[in-house]
Amino acid sequence: MEIIKSGTTIDFMAKRKAAFLISGILIIAGIVSLIVHGGPNYGIDFAGGTLIQVRFSQPVSPSEIRQGLTDVGLTGTVQRFGAEGIGEYIIRLQTTSSDLEGLSATINDALAKRFKGETVEIRRTEMVGPKVGKDLRTKGLQAIIFALIGILIYISWRFKFRFAVGAVAALAHDVLITIGVFSLTNKEFSLPVLAALLTIVGYSLNDTIVVYDRIRENMGRMRREVFEKTVNISVNETLSRTILTSGTTLIVVLVLFLMGGGVIHDFTFALLIGVIVGTYSSIFVASPLVVMWQKRFPAKGDKRRK
Amino acid sequence: MKGKFRWRLVLILFILIGAVIYCFPTLVRETPSWWPRFFPQDKINLGLDLQGGMHLILEVETAKAVESAAERIKNDLKTDLKKEHIFATYLDRVQGDKIEVALLNPDVKEKFDAYRTEKYPLLQEVDATQAGDRVKVLLEMDPRYRKDLERSAVDQALETIRNRIDQFGVSEPEIARQGENRILIQLPGIKDPQRAKDLLGKTALLEFKLVDEEYSLQRALTGDIPFGDVILYQKIEDPKTGAVRRVPYLIQDKTLMTGDALKDARVSFDQNNMPFIALSLNPPGARNFDRITAENVGRHLAIILDNNVYSAPVIRQRISGGEAVIEGRFTLDEAKDLAIILRAGSLPAPVQILEERTVGPSLGQDSINKGIKSIIIGGILVVLFMIVYYQLAGVVADLALIMNLIIIMGVLAAFRGTLTLPGIAGLVLTVGMAVDANVLIFERIREEVRLGKPPRAALETGYSKAFLTIMDANVTTLIAAVVLLQFGTGPIKGFAVTLSIGIAASMFTAIVVTRFIFDSFLHNVRVKRLSI
Repeated sequence: MEIIKSGTTIDFMAKRKAAFLISGILIIAGIVSLIVHGGPNYGIDFAGGTLIQVRFSQPVSPSEIRQGLTDVGLTGTVQRFGAEGIGEYIIRLQTTSSDLEGLSATINDALAKRFKGETVEIRRTEMVGPKVGKDLRTKGLQAIIFALIGILIYISWRFKFRFAVGAVAALAHDVLITIGVFSLTNKEFSLPVLAALLTIVGYSLNDTIVVYDRIRENMGRMRREVFEKTVNISVNETLSRTILTSGTTLIVVLVLFLMGGGVIHDFTFALLIGVIVGTYSSIFVASPLVVMWQKRFPAKGDKRRK
Repeated sequence: MKGKFRWRLVLILFILIGAVIYCFPTLVRETPSWWPRFFPQDKINLGLDLQGGMHLILEVETAKAVESAAERIKNDLKTDLKKEHIFATYLDRVQGDKIEVALLNPDVKEKFDAYRTEKYPLLQEVDATQAGDRVKVLLEMDPRYRKDLERSAVDQALETIRNRIDQFGVSEPEIARQGENRILIQLPGIKDPQRAKDLLGKTALLEFKLVDEEYSLQRALTGDIPFGDVILYQKIEDPKTGAVRRVPYLIQDKTLMTGDALKDARVSFDQNNMPFIALSLNPPGARNFDRITAENVGRHLAIILDNNVYSAPVIRQRISGGEAVIEGRFTLDEAKDLAIILRAGSLPAPVQILEERTVGPSLGQDSINKGIKSIIIGGILVVLFMIVYYQLAGVVADLALIMNLIIIMGVLAAFRGTLTLPGIAGLVLTVGMAVDANVLIFERIREEVRLGKPPRAALETGYSKAFLTIMDANVTTLIAAVVLLQFGTGPIKGFAVTLSIGIAASMFTAIVVTRFIFDSFLHNVRVKRLSI
């Protein structure tokens, strides 16, 4: 069986203007959304705060939960968790409590008082103090930067600098778009989402490298060809593999997204976006960038050095 | 060729069997009786997010430990100066951990300096100002001594918390220092998080102080508190309504005895079957208690824990046996926990909760079920896809995929790794990505076949050409995973671990194992066309 017939020649390089336009719009939309929202919608991991997941014996109204919180002088947002009819809710508070009379106990009492005759089960609590939140933010940023530097060094060593530029630009593209989509859909940016971002970085690179590898190989064979054409042939030759691998990965990520449960919903959503954007970028962003870099800064003797 | 075959077969079987043996205890509920003793017995550790439990990060307020040390030094200094007839008009602790002394005149200052350098070398002069005859001196602790104090405060807190958890009885707790003054605590499977938090976080500073009975409590409550006294409260909870009453006491703020004097604390029951705490004192504590009770017969002695009065009984007679009791309206659990806290000793400084994550056991089980379901469904879809797309070669890739999963589990079990919910996601993701290496190889082989190469040559070139690409692609993913490993905590670390193991294992299975299967097949059967 074949999805992409051998000998397929799609002129990807000619489509780069359209591709850049699409990417540009997506990135700018994301950045605008980030500016409007005043930065990413940090989850409690990064912003500090408290998250409590409660389950009632039968569904109740979120506004009544909020009322129950107000009774004890707390304000927070309440969100249904999982399917309707389970009676499970997520309560988010900006308040943190470093003392021992934990918030969860206070909330448990308040809800038990408000909803008499129903059992309230606290299934999960997460409290992150502002200090730790700040630490995690710094650490997260460091993680992304170190990962990018490590990758830049590795690719510069294995390939050439201009490839590294294209690869890292494609990565930045993927990360920006994913963060942008999170901002546009108003989803929370939490620690697992950061982990997903780093995974996307690794994954998207995987795709990019396969294409680059083929370009390098073909550069040896097609010395007479225009560089642009070599790149285009290489992208086409690896297209089948790119689609296949993205396909299998997409299958499992989709399964995780649909069945993995609410706790990792945001995490799998980020992976889903990342896999799609990552595949797109290795074809439409990473490779054209190498061509453009080559046009702008033609390196002498490049064709000789393999 | 034959010899090389045999070696590869041995290596593959060795790894596969090893992985299966390590996986086995995890897959069964209980290891059967025939399972050899020297074989691995451990199941894969489940993270707190899967088995339920509590994760806490506490910060020891080391500044408070330094302050209380400064307070002690100040009190000693006050007594000593009096003894040495060095006349200070004023001496107190300022700015938290500094000590300010006002000396009568420059001569006294000289005497004071000589005395200080000899007897209090740890105190350094920060500033000295003269106003009229008086010389005002600001002193602070030697920074090295201060660092020592801070470090030992964290050490001691760690020790105390470990003691408390041991006595509370949690299976496989993890208690570790994190950074300079933080303590990480993981308590798997804990049922009552609030109780555990109460137990861990209490400073548990036990003090015995006298009640001031000469002065009117009523007047003190209006704000007119005599010098050297404080108002402390006793909390009394009505067992039926749960309403809390606060009873004030006027207490002389001089500590007669602290928890250091304790040898043991146990729960006992009075004639009404109400629990109380029986204390036994160590020899110096017993002597001290004997003296205190002898000197204050008829007065009330307040027993104070963390500035809460627990009881303030009348001293009826001198108590010489070194036994004392704390009465209160305890529930049995409260009494038990209090006894644990008293036995384990007090924390050298208060602690703050910086981070808390608690997952109930039912949610953890939900996550496990959903995770396993995702792996199975995702796995089946990928396996089917590979067979449909690559036919027999797809079957080979699927075999490698299954072996890959077994190896990951085996390595996790062997190195006592922890499986978390994102870790399961990592496992699922590996399923999707592991076939990538085979897709790369197979696509290459197809290209070679198209060029008209015979099966064996096509296989040979396909593998060798794809190898470097696979290497490069996986190393970069590994870089991201290793970075995650460095920066991540808890669940995220679990994800990075499974992802890293998955990458390494998939390179082995996708390259070595599939190649072996192809080679041995081609060796035994004459094939005209590859089923790929």
